Amino acid sequence: MATAEARRSAPASAAELAAELATAAEAGASVRVTGAGTKLRWAPDARPALELSTAGLDRIVEHNAGDLTAVLEAGVPLGRAQERFREAGQMLALDPPDAGGATIGGIVATNDSGPLRARYGSARDLVVGMRVALADGTVAKSGGKVIKNVAGYDLAKLFTGSYGSLGAILDVSVRLHPLPPQTATAVGHTHDTGVLARGAAALSHARLEQLGLDVRWAAGAGMVLARFGGVAAHPQAETAERLLREAGLEAELVADDESLWNAQRDGQRSPEGLVVRVSGLQTDLAELAATAERHRATLVGRAGLGLSWLRLDDGDGEPLLNELRQRHLAVVLDRPAGMSANPREPLDPGAAVLLRRVKERFDPTGTLV
Amino acid sequence: MNAGASADLGPLVADLREAVGAEHVVTHDHQLRTYESDGLLQYAVTPGAVVLPGSAEEVQAVVRACHRAGVPWVARGAGSGLSGGATPVADGLLISLSRMRRILEVDLPNQRVVVEPGVTNIAVSQAVAPDHFYPPDPSSQIVCTIGGNVAENSGGAHCFKYGFTTTYVTGLEVVLPDGELVQLGGKEVDQPGPDLLGAFVGSEGTLGVATKIWLRVVPKPEAVRTLVAFFGSPTQAADVVSEIVAAGMVPGAIEMMDNLSIAAAEGYTGAGFPTDAGAALVVELDGSDAECEMRFEEVVAICEQADADSIRVAQDEAERELIWRARKAAFAAMGRIAPNYYVQDSVIPRTRLAEVLGRIAELGREYDLRVANVFHAGDGNLHPLVCYDGSVPGEAERAEECAGLIVAACVDAGGSITGEHGVGIDKKRYMPQMFTDADLGTFQRLRCAFDPDQLANPGKVMPTPRLCGEVPGPYRQHPLEQMGLAERF
Repeated sequence: MATAEARRSAPASAAELAAELATAAEAGASVRVTGAGTKLRWAPDARPALELSTAGLDRIVEHNAGDLTAVLEAGVPLGRAQERFREAGQMLALDPPDAGGATIGGIVATNDSGPLRARYGSARDLVVGMRVALADGTVAKSGGKVIKNVAGYDLAKLFTGSYGSLGAILDVSVRLHPLPPQTATAVGHTHDTGVLARGAAALSHARLEQLGLDVRWAAGAGMVLARFGGVAAHPQAETAERLLREAGLEAELVADDESLWNAQRDGQRSPEGLVVRVSGLQTDLAELAATAERHRATLVGRAGLGLSWLRLDDGDGEPLLNELRQRHLAVVLDRPAGMSANPREPLDPGAAVLLRRVKERFDPTGTLV
Repeated sequence: MNAGASADLGPLVADLREAVGAEHVVTHDHQLRTYESDGLLQYAVTPGAVVLPGSAEEVQAVVRACHRAGVPWVARGAGSGLSGGATPVADGLLISLSRMRRILEVDLPNQRVVVEPGVTNIAVSQAVAPDHFYPPDPSSQIVCTIGGNVAENSGGAHCFKYGFTTTYVTGLEVVLPDGELVQLGGKEVDQPGPDLLGAFVGSEGTLGVATKIWLRVVPKPEAVRTLVAFFGSPTQAADVVSEIVAAGMVPGAIEMMDNLSIAAAEGYTGAGFPTDAGAALVVELDGSDAECEMRFEEVVAICEQADADSIRVAQDEAERELIWRARKAAFAAMGRIAPNYYVQDSVIPRTRLAEVLGRIAELGREYDLRVANVFHAGDGNLHPLVCYDGSVPGEAERAEECAGLIVAACVDAGGSITGEHGVGIDKKRYMPQMFTDADLGTFQRLRCAFDPDQLANPGKVMPTPRLCGEVPGPYRQHPLEQMGLAERF
């Protein structure tokens, strides 16, 4: 069973990783699959006998620029893949916070995302095919390399957000998008949570095509950020600026907007403290901002999607977490030492039973933690 | 040949009458026949009985009764599917969701609509008009149901930019094949845990039946610009598609028709398409006024530089609708060309278009059959229509064989056997071209977790029947399997 010190291994190929996983399962050893290890604090505490790293699976297998698709091994750092795509004027429209090294496999396994989610969806929308290794050594793929495909079950979605509990992701096929030639951001400022929510709603319901629509609340001050991309980013941002002003915010236009959005991503992480992700509704925003304020936490959110991240760097996070859990679907991401994680269980009891049945079929030996 | 089937279902039928009311249980042979096929008429099976539940509780009672009796069942929406996914099982039950067509909630502040499965696709957009819409738009959207769309993960002309049904479903209430009612997701996105919701969408009715569906709707674009450009050949038009994409555009729709489709559609709609054109390319951009205007000029310039024979820009909504009517009529119009056709919906990487079209033309010549092509050019989703005359002995079989080779050519080019119609009963035989035995065995694990008795839509999707063991152990190939003589259970 679990030992005090996990053995670490980084197989050099998918076949070797699958074989090592199967060997461990046969020996009754518990296994945790890891990427760069940037989000280990999100997972429940576990003492696996073996840490199986995807670091050796780091090839960009294909980049089909004309088809706007790519195949990436699980251990490819997203940043490296993006550099490659950028040379062709393209991007994988996934932009979670990344202090460096976060792998595509880890991002998909944890269903992490960033501001671009507003326009392009999350990993579940961008991954069009996946190859996985199951605990018994079976290597199986689902989906394909084309962006439209309904053949067979969409197992890639099942593995999205699975935290490696059903199998090891070996590689993913992804859809790419053109990089917007220019961007511009309209920013609205307010000190009133109600006005913040009004500004966000005005934009999420406007006939505009945002690259990102975010909100922020920290220390009594709120912001709504609407980013536009394309050949006519400015005129769109001007419209957004006007809508924000009409909603009662002080609005401005920012052309060099990268740092604004990096700050939004930073709000999704706390190196030492607590980050809770809330899957809520757009109409929850004012209340969530007020909750953040009461607990001296900061909030960043995807306003049109009802997703928020509440970050508390210092102090006891339990009261904030308890309050959020009472009213919302709240998942602990970064957590301080001593606090437990809860990333996997669905809310619905029937769905939880179903999930256990899925786990039994995919990992009958209970090898993957 | 149905009398015996009804007799077998006798005790179950009594349970069903109890559960949903006798008037909603169909057992008369001539009435059962109306359900024998879906939109793919090549397959017809008379079900043992048809039941029309009116609520999730009634669906639950029906599915529970089937589970107790060990009777397989098939759920059906409007029956407009094109892969035989709703083809009934002989001696089984057909569950029609057509009575469950209430829109339960329109929550515009949160941009959600909650519906029962029998609500039509178009009704969702209508419910949130004029400022919002529901993007997935299969050609059958006036009749097809959201429940059916969920089962098939339906697409449409606009999914290159907007995504598929799965992009817009945030929650499902599902009756599992053992009769349990579960909720996957809800109004909120990114719920914790593996994405069971995403795995259910597109499972073609084999994992359960959705009784309530939460949908995301989005604001309508500020501007829409549409043109149709005519070219000497599909290859020439395909180059234009590549250039548009290379310029960094993601058009709302890019659709292509070949000469045969143009001629058929023109005869049918009189839209004014030149019947001697080698290809028609419909390009639609949508988005903000400013963005659309600038990008549309680029598209016109690209078409001109590629020596388009003519370019017609829709001047108003009426003209735009006319262009789309011609495009969407292509299937129906095939009746003018041939008495029957066999349609596939394979997908290829877009850059392989010219090569695959060449292969399709070659196959048409080889089989002496006319093959019309209408397709979603942005995402490489082809719709080759192999025309034939069913009254000529052997011609239907020849058409089917030809269509099969077209599918194989698409898979060989790195594509998929189906982009939006689903595998159903029709394409399951092609599944091994895309998936290994290990892949199929892994699909089966999901199936067995949801439906260990395999009562939900059996005989679809998977190429050969597989049973569910208790819980699979380490995989070892049996010698018979290695020889290709048997499938693992």
